[in-house]
Amino acid sequence: METVLTRAGIWLVILILAIAGMALAADGPFAVHMGIVGIAALIALWATVTRADYSAQANAILRAPADQSRYDDDPIRWGVIATVFWGMAGFAAGLLIALQLAWPILNLEPWANFGRLRPLHTSAVIFAFGGNALIASSFYIVQRTCRARLAFPALARFVFWGYQLFIVLAATGYLMGVTQGKEYAEPEWYTDWWLTVVWVSYLIVFVGTIVKRSEPHIYVANWFFLAFILTVAMLHVVNNLDMPVSITGSRSYPLFAGVQGALVQWWYGHNAVGFFLTAGFLAMMYYFVPKQAERPIYSYRLSIIHFWSLIFLYIWAGPHHLHYTALPDWAQTLGMVFSVMLWMPSWGGMINGLMTLNGAWDKVRTDPIIRMMVMSLAFYGMSTFEGPMMSIKSVNSLSHYTDWTIGHVHSGALGWNGMITFAAIYFLTPRLWNRERLYSLRMVNWHFWLATAGIVFYAASMWVSGVTQGLMWRQYGADGYLVNSFAETVAALHPMFILRAFGGLLYLAGAVIMVVNVWATIAGRLRTEKPMHDAAYDAQADRPAIAPRPVLAPAN
Amino acid sequence: MVDTDNTPASAGRRLDEATNTETVGHEWDGIEELDTPLPRWWLWIFYATIVFSIGYVIAYPALPMISKGTEGVLGWSSRSDLTDDLKAADAKRSQVVAALAGMPIERLETDSKLMRAAVSGGEAAFKVNCVQCHGARAAGLPGYPNLNDDDWLWGGDLKAIHQTLQHGIRQPGDDQTRFSQMPAFGRDGILTGAEIADVTSFVRTLSGLEPKSAASQRGGALFEANCAVCHGATGTGMREFGAPNLADAIWLYGGSRDDITATITTARYGQMPAWGQRLDPVTIKMLTAYVHSLGGGENFVAVAKAADKDASQDANGLDDATD
Repeated sequence: METVLTRAGIWLVILILAIAGMALAADGPFAVHMGIVGIAALIALWATVTRADYSAQANAILRAPADQSRYDDDPIRWGVIATVFWGMAGFAAGLLIALQLAWPILNLEPWANFGRLRPLHTSAVIFAFGGNALIASSFYIVQRTCRARLAFPALARFVFWGYQLFIVLAATGYLMGVTQGKEYAEPEWYTDWWLTVVWVSYLIVFVGTIVKRSEPHIYVANWFFLAFILTVAMLHVVNNLDMPVSITGSRSYPLFAGVQGALVQWWYGHNAVGFFLTAGFLAMMYYFVPKQAERPIYSYRLSIIHFWSLIFLYIWAGPHHLHYTALPDWAQTLGMVFSVMLWMPSWGGMINGLMTLNGAWDKVRTDPIIRMMVMSLAFYGMSTFEGPMMSIKSVNSLSHYTDWTIGHVHSGALGWNGMITFAAIYFLTPRLWNRERLYSLRMVNWHFWLATAGIVFYAASMWVSGVTQGLMWRQYGADGYLVNSFAETVAALHPMFILRAFGGLLYLAGAVIMVVNVWATIAGRLRTEKPMHDAAYDAQADRPAIAPRPVLAPAN
Repeated sequence: MVDTDNTPASAGRRLDEATNTETVGHEWDGIEELDTPLPRWWLWIFYATIVFSIGYVIAYPALPMISKGTEGVLGWSSRSDLTDDLKAADAKRSQVVAALAGMPIERLETDSKLMRAAVSGGEAAFKVNCVQCHGARAAGLPGYPNLNDDDWLWGGDLKAIHQTLQHGIRQPGDDQTRFSQMPAFGRDGILTGAEIADVTSFVRTLSGLEPKSAASQRGGALFEANCAVCHGATGTGMREFGAPNLADAIWLYGGSRDDITATITTARYGQMPAWGQRLDPVTIKMLTAYVHSLGGGENFVAVAKAADKDASQDANGLDDATD
């Protein structure tokens, strides 16, 4: 009862602060944001006060199995739903801005112009879709591979809901024009502070669970998750060191300015790719691929070497985003050579993922989830070769500021991050809701082909577009003068922009099929269809270790 | 090959049949790990990238020191690289540039090879400096003239275009700038609304947009009194004042009743930068040649012969207008 009172007290204080913030706000957007915080605090207050019924209610909404004597999967179920929801929002925003680029008349001023929707798209897919996938899967994996229930269950729920509040604050901020103007770090100071609180809580829950594990060793997926959580915390805090103009306003000035600011920003930006989109998703890969393939990891040694080399090298590669700028030559050189050295450490993950299928390659034909994983790893391999290549200065002099970069990012994001997340969602959904199988594996197959075709259209059109752009910008006539005006280069890209939007449409269509499939699976429906292969699942074995720890029989 | 020392759970080791490889002996939620050695090709490529990186770091500026970074044994820097590129490009163009610098603009057409080089350079400079207002193909936008036609506000021979480019239009701070100012007949109360409507009707009859009417006849008288001094009695315009020809189908600000009424009421005051303050003389000559080449360029010599006196008066008239 006391804890309930304490918690209710905290939410009440936050509610009062939010109302005060609204009343004293220096600008409109800040008032709106304080209103959102107030509503969130009110919901949390209500949830705390009516706590006795809350879990049951939540489980009723989620249609969760009644058996609670298992792993603490409640926040993970919410996480899967949030991943699917934000994924749809992010993909739809992406399609819309792709169409805006092809047909500028679709810019709806000022709320839905490209400048505001673009960060909405990137944040929705990276932080909302990807972030929820990472939080949910890390909570799932850390419990299973530690054979322990989540440490600090209340804090774990705070992490999930607090993260959703961060997403809402960030997204509404973009639409209202609240931005720091830093790519992938657009939210303003108060949203950053809130994320810091949430992220440290995430770290505490994750490390707490590892500490109370019943396994002697820490599984490789957890190394990657830990590297991801720790490094993102560091990157986020350093890149967002700034001074609010007013404590009740939505504007701030950064601590670092000029070329220092740019370097810090791309140290952050590149490692958001390196630790959020690579290390975190490699952790997912290291659990879901061997589980779905029912095969051992290819090489323990490779996992050690590629983990440490990846972690050590990635953090220095950021300056390659600032080739041919005011950044001193020496820093550009280091950014380039660390990126080149990063090639093999990145590929270590691909090798370990793909070669785990040794002895189970036939499943690529029969199991659509495995097929997604293989495609994901293939795109991971392609992107992590392309990245070091583009960091080489002579390549970069053609590729930088062109759509090639956009194509590169999307072959990684749609191919690697998207596909492995879809596979994880398809793996998790029947297990979390205790269903016999997915509603339809055939629909997974449809999703796979639509997404693959979408990526091919997207990446191919952006490669053509980027190289065209780069060549046109640097095209000189026989007399030594530039041939093209900027507007002419834009006009030349128009067909590619349309193809890109078409690719996005296919990718979104695949995701719509996923929504139907996940929805129907949660609802407990099974599509009558010719069966396809899926990994076996023993619900009885899927539980935490109870002391004294049982002797683990080696798998037959 | 297989080190057994640091694998405490080695009791769980087993041989994986599919790959004929031993497992390490750990197991998490059913996941085991094989004890496969590092793939050799992977390791050697990794080493190769490290060797390449060390070599690159020695060759190029790379390591931060106390006051500045190491310079690399090749002595390369991005600044000197750019300077060298610019010098090479300048050297390649130096002959043409020197020839253009010494060539009076009105005689440029006599050297067709130089003219072609100037047009090509002007096209590039146009794309950087002029397309923002005049459009990518110089087709103009409302308020910004189309440069492809032969309808010139201030003159279309090489010398006139050069003058316009060099000194701009209505640019404060350049006392040779093209200058004129149409009165705001409505705003300043020179004409009443009804009178402006009449003048509008008259102006539109000049190019056949409207049939003659009582209103246009009243407007004709007003035009004679107020407008003909610059636009000419027949409305064909006067280049001394940059006063447009109102009798053709070309409208800088639009030829609808609303557009013309707005022009007469508040007047227009289009401006163009004095590029002489921003670009070097040769580039301005190149731009002149390019604009001249677009299709409407007038023959300087012929014009000069026919209107030699006018040309000298042009300059005076311009000065008068500026004063």
